[in-house]
Amino acid sequence: MQKFSAFSLFRQALGAHQGWKPQWRSVKPKAAYDIIIVGGGGHGLGAAYYLAKQHGLRNIAVVERGWLAGGNTARNTTIIRSNYLFDESSSYYEHSLKLWEGLSQELNYNVMFSQRGCLMIAHTVHDVQVFKRHVHANRLNGIDNEWLTPQEVKEFCPPLNISPNIRYPILGGALQRRAGTARHDAVAWGFARAASDMGVDIIENCEVTGITRAPSGEVTGVETTLGPIKARKIGVSAAGHSSVVLGMAGIRLPLQSNPLQALVSEPVKPAFPTIVMSNTIHAYISQSDKGEMVIGAGTDSYVSYTQRGGLHIPAHTLEAITELCPMFRRLRMMRSWGGITDNTPDRSPITAKTSVPGLYVNCGWGTGGFKATPGAANLFAWTIAKDEPHPINAPFTIERFRDGTLIDEAAAAAVAH
Amino acid sequence: MLLIKCPYCGERAEVEFANGGEAHIARPADPMTLSDEEWAQYLYMRDNPKGLIAERWRHAHGCGRFFNALRDTRTDRFVMTYEMGQPRPDVTPEQAAEAAR
Amino acid sequence: MNQMFRIPGRGRVDTSRPVSFTFDGRSYAGYAGDTLASALLAHGRHLMGRSYKYHRPRGPVTAGSDEPNALVGVGKGPALHTPNLRATQVEIHEGLVAVSQNRSPCLEFDLGSVNSLFSAMLPAGFYYKTFMWPKNFWDKVYEPIIRHAAGLGVAPTEPDPDSYAFRYDHCDVLVAGGGPAGLSAALAAGRTGARVILVDETAEFGGSLLSDRQARIEGLSGPDWVRGVVAELEALPNVRLMTRCSAFNYGPHNMIALNQRLTDHLMTGASGQPRERLWQVRAKEVVLATGALERPMVFEGNDRPGVMLATAARTYLNRYGVLCGRKVVIVAANDSAYRVALDLLEVGASVAAIADIRPAPDSALLRQCQQMGVRVYKSFVVQRVHGTQRVSGVELAPVLPGGDVGKGRHVSADLVLMAGGYTPSVHLFSQSRGKLRFDEKVGAYVPGESAERERSVGACHGVYQLDAVLADGAAAGVAAASAGGHTGDTPAWRVDAQDRADYAGFAGALPRRGKDLHSMSFVDFQHDVTAKDIRLAVREGFRSIEHVKRYTTTGMATDQGKLSNVNALGIASYALGRPVQQVGLTTFRPPFTPVTFGTFAGHARGDLFDPDRRTQVDSWARAQGAVFEDVSMWRRARYFPRNGEDMEAAVRRECLAVRNAAGIFDASTLGKIEVVGPDAATFMNRMYVNAWTKLGVGRCRYGLLCRENGFIYDDGVVGRIAEDRFHVTTTTGGAAGVLSMMEDYLQTEWPDLDVWLTSTTEQWSVIALQGPKAREILAPLVDGLDISGEALAHMSVVEGTILGVPMRLFRVSFSGELGFEINVPTTEGRRIWDAVWQAGQAHGLTPYGTETMHVLRAEKGYIIVGQETDGTVTPDDAGCGWAVGKAKKDFVGKRSLALPAMQSPERMQLVGLLTEAPQEVLEEGAQLVADPKEAIPMHKLGYVTSSYFSATLGRSIALGMISGGRARKGQTLYVPMEDRVIPVKLVDPVFYDAEGVRLNG
Repeated sequence: MQKFSAFSLFRQALGAHQGWKPQWRSVKPKAAYDIIIVGGGGHGLGAAYYLAKQHGLRNIAVVERGWLAGGNTARNTTIIRSNYLFDESSSYYEHSLKLWEGLSQELNYNVMFSQRGCLMIAHTVHDVQVFKRHVHANRLNGIDNEWLTPQEVKEFCPPLNISPNIRYPILGGALQRRAGTARHDAVAWGFARAASDMGVDIIENCEVTGITRAPSGEVTGVETTLGPIKARKIGVSAAGHSSVVLGMAGIRLPLQSNPLQALVSEPVKPAFPTIVMSNTIHAYISQSDKGEMVIGAGTDSYVSYTQRGGLHIPAHTLEAITELCPMFRRLRMMRSWGGITDNTPDRSPITAKTSVPGLYVNCGWGTGGFKATPGAANLFAWTIAKDEPHPINAPFTIERFRDGTLIDEAAAAAVAH
Repeated sequence: MLLIKCPYCGERAEVEFANGGEAHIARPADPMTLSDEEWAQYLYMRDNPKGLIAERWRHAHGCGRFFNALRDTRTDRFVMTYEMGQPRPDVTPEQAAEAAR
Repeated sequence: MNQMFRIPGRGRVDTSRPVSFTFDGRSYAGYAGDTLASALLAHGRHLMGRSYKYHRPRGPVTAGSDEPNALVGVGKGPALHTPNLRATQVEIHEGLVAVSQNRSPCLEFDLGSVNSLFSAMLPAGFYYKTFMWPKNFWDKVYEPIIRHAAGLGVAPTEPDPDSYAFRYDHCDVLVAGGGPAGLSAALAAGRTGARVILVDETAEFGGSLLSDRQARIEGLSGPDWVRGVVAELEALPNVRLMTRCSAFNYGPHNMIALNQRLTDHLMTGASGQPRERLWQVRAKEVVLATGALERPMVFEGNDRPGVMLATAARTYLNRYGVLCGRKVVIVAANDSAYRVALDLLEVGASVAAIADIRPAPDSALLRQCQQMGVRVYKSFVVQRVHGTQRVSGVELAPVLPGGDVGKGRHVSADLVLMAGGYTPSVHLFSQSRGKLRFDEKVGAYVPGESAERERSVGACHGVYQLDAVLADGAAAGVAAASAGGHTGDTPAWRVDAQDRADYAGFAGALPRRGKDLHSMSFVDFQHDVTAKDIRLAVREGFRSIEHVKRYTTTGMATDQGKLSNVNALGIASYALGRPVQQVGLTTFRPPFTPVTFGTFAGHARGDLFDPDRRTQVDSWARAQGAVFEDVSMWRRARYFPRNGEDMEAAVRRECLAVRNAAGIFDASTLGKIEVVGPDAATFMNRMYVNAWTKLGVGRCRYGLLCRENGFIYDDGVVGRIAEDRFHVTTTTGGAAGVLSMMEDYLQTEWPDLDVWLTSTTEQWSVIALQGPKAREILAPLVDGLDISGEALAHMSVVEGTILGVPMRLFRVSFSGELGFEINVPTTEGRRIWDAVWQAGQAHGLTPYGTETMHVLRAEKGYIIVGQETDGTVTPDDAGCGWAVGKAKKDFVGKRSLALPAMQSPERMQLVGLLTEAPQEVLEEGAQLVADPKEAIPMHKLGYVTSSYFSATLGRSIALGMISGGRARKGQTLYVPMEDRVIPVKLVDPVFYDAEGVRLNG
């Protein structure tokens, strides 16, 4: 692997950058692998990376139906935080956040993790109670999250309107300072480059059309648009398409795939210092390194794989954004898009074995999977390699819906972004 | 924004409706006789199809009535809507192709 | 300053109406009808902006919405300043203030341009490879520098005072684009009587015809023909015409969003008028007539001010009367170059050379140019452009037969025009999910199969020649109208002296002498993406065009690749060795051009942001000085401070008043649902956990509603008004959800039940009268109704009248005191409230708000859904297991409650919490642990759900949800706060009058 550094950049500059090599190998699939990861997004590429890096496995392929990281990895608003309520969730997201904190160095790829803080705004007495519960629970878990008064909110994020006379005044906010954003494409490319370097085959434009199984039930490989590929283990990391892929093995999942839209403004000079989320009025916003205001909307209500939704959804979000920050009314929407989110009934993910031997799934990340990219990849790799979950992801099974052991962050906080 | 044909009121904008998830999942007559697994299948597991879905809508800001729809989730094009209680209609290959287009 | 480049007699600007404006503090003159760009160009000024990365000086390259370079900030003051507007679109008006962007200290001398010197170190994606060492420098050093350097304009810093509006509309035919194709389509459709909407993003209909001095339609010049067509359309009552109106979003089921700009162009501020309006139009049929964009060419220095598109120069000349330069070199891949040359020659400009990259171009136009003495160099390209802040010349060089580039020659010039061929504007078509196909003849992607009821016509359809364009539009207009049932003849127009369609063009980077390793040949002007950046991305393995876009950021600037995408594709396809069709296209994402946030928000701001629900008593409470809180969409009085009391003092006083005398509370916001019908009791049995069959008429019961997952969803008192009629109350926030849930089960699971559900929340005003004096106050008002304890026991309901007004009187208590909830028709709510209030004066009646209500109920251990419960709490967890009808075979949630996890003794259960120090009030949300010395992460047993100071008890009280809590009563647990640990004793959650003596009084 060519090392990336200011020095290597300088040296390459002397040769007019003609000496750079492909960041990952473009390969044709082999006949068989030990492990196939279905889905070449951040989660899938990361899983392949950790399988190689931490579990010493090398005979791995990642198959992706389109272009690498072209699904939700390419379509999210890049919010990274770990201040979830329940111990199960917060330890999972915190595991991920810790990996984020060293990821650029680990991958030798600048993923631009920017710990600019995430401020969750409270507008009602009920919000205050809920967020304070988060703050206390997080503190006892060693996860930073602090309560800010409206004045402190204003100091931390001056564009916010804290007037008590607006429709939903700001009563305070919960701030996780270690939270932040990252460059979404870079995460996937960084994992792809490092995994490829360790021998992982990354195969684009290869859609899985079937999962083959032995008479005894265990998986034997996948059928793809590039032909059959054998595998002893298959890890599915297909986000919005998880139901489709698992359906090939006869497994129904507690998932519904909904459109989720986001948008950016034209770039402006730094004007928004942090991430602000407001659940009560449905908005979240941050400013990217490029200067665009990155804004997430709510999900459309119906099942759809179209990667688009109705204009009324982002319009409603912009009502909220311009109410929170009325000076942004004259900014302009430059680009909007949609992704397909895979939502579970309790808005918590599944990272687990399935009822089919050799078949594993990492899904259900809904509207918030980007933040979990290295953590979920890392634990999914563990689960596949050892055929059993890591203690952190052990609660995140499919069976919790049978057993009634839900991890209901949605109900508890009504926040799932 | 989708244009949805309420069987009772006609075509109306999506903002008048509430989506009710997959259709034709009848609540078991006697839930207590179900195993935990069967109950979970009813309560949580979904087909989530990429293709034709039979789904429920409620004309919440209109007549208030639930009805069913057949829609292709790859295009969001409706094949038809039909009244609650009717079985899932058969779809001709032409109708399916038109919805998938 | 003189408008030295204004050509008298040319253009459509109104020279009788001079306009003065400032740019970067300097005054300029222009005319009504000018854009900022045309007015500045009239002064010979091309330099208008700086690029994003290298801060290269830039001038306008286009004359329209595809402009990547000439971005300016417009508007006076911190509230009205609007960044990133295209000078090519900004219409000047008297007093307009515009400033350049992304430069320091000034446009002519920008320190940021030092970046250009380091461009070798700043190739595509350089930031992925650097800034990783030392680790902590990213947040503190590198990123702040990058952020400061990035961005373009400056965001306004004060709230926008302008207003915005929106409207929905329907039509038979929506025509997007008012050029020749759109006009002919709109006219053809309009004449049939169909409802037509025609929009154009510019200030005037006509499109390319406004810049065309050549063609004759029915003997009329382009502009004259346009005038006639627009006049006819305006006279048709079934046609709506909107200029300055962009179709920017093509959504599913033919929903098109339009952005209409109403006031920015006006000479004087139009007060009371919205600045912009969002239209969402559901069209039966759509005609896309969005035209085509000329393509720039990629060569060294193609970004220098004075290098622009050939059609742009023609538009500035013919539409605005502005000559963009006097000594012109044109680089041609398309015959449009020759038409522009002829127009320029006509006004006395010198066309120094036309370098046609084609080996053997031949057309009448070319010959005409040659006859006029223009030197045409065939198979020639530009090697480089000289000049920094303005073009001073070019080096033209021949492409040799082997593909190499030969020795060049210098030609001096102050204007270099690029005629790279056309790209159909398929953005809206693509947004509609229509399938694009690569057309070999057109050399570009054109609309293929439509996904919606849509037709693309004219240039966006790959039809370029004027007579064909008009025919294409007319045919589509009639066809679209007929789909909606309107019929008419297809109009036809005779066209003379038109230019022959030329489909030639070039996509990619022009050939260069030797290896092209170092040239600054721009593909994406604004983002400073060069041809070598695209090649680097391919070299590094980014083979998908989407990857190339993301790695280099080409096409991601504010013009969203309108000029750059095809050239980027051409370069990538060359580098990959694959034809363009196999490389694919990036997705066209809405909006077509940027749309103001405020336009989406429309009226939804301030008080209109969300419906503001207020009760009949709201004005009374305000007059009493109440402090309010938001509960869902309702505004509820939280407490009634007197004489400067804070909340704590007011709540203590209100609590004691209720306990010792009486309090009055506005409970109108509680949800109310009337459940009626022969099967009403059966329905209630199936929905609520409680048993209802045996509830007598006139009796009430506390109802608990679970979701099918077994967790509490809502609660409220339910009164049986008649055998077949229940008056169900819900929480304030839960009303709509409960009714939806009931309707869902009734309509879809149990349609056989004969039950009607009606929301009555807004039909009843509810006055809660609580306290030992409640009966004394109420009795004289209820028109003889016996409300004694014997006649109306606790948890009863009776119908009667109060001061002659129909009433449902509930004997219920959420305070633990003797209590009544007086339900009267909303229209009478305020009058009865006033009467009760008057009657209570002699008894010390005190108004109280939600905060006191919370304290009083907590003293009694009553839960609040959403506070003690959070969607993970079962009836038994909440201490309400008694409410569950054990004998019932089924109810919503029963099966889930039978799951093993729901029986676990470890589940969190409702308990009371008492601090050792009676003055210590716990913080709601605080966690409880068994071992306060445990290291982090600590094992948490539960948390404080409600916590208050109880004036009644003279000490603090709290409720909590604690793992195995009921079995832990008597134990001490600990609340670890940041600075100390608070020991807490677990007790029964009922702190006051556990026997219920008072409430049964």
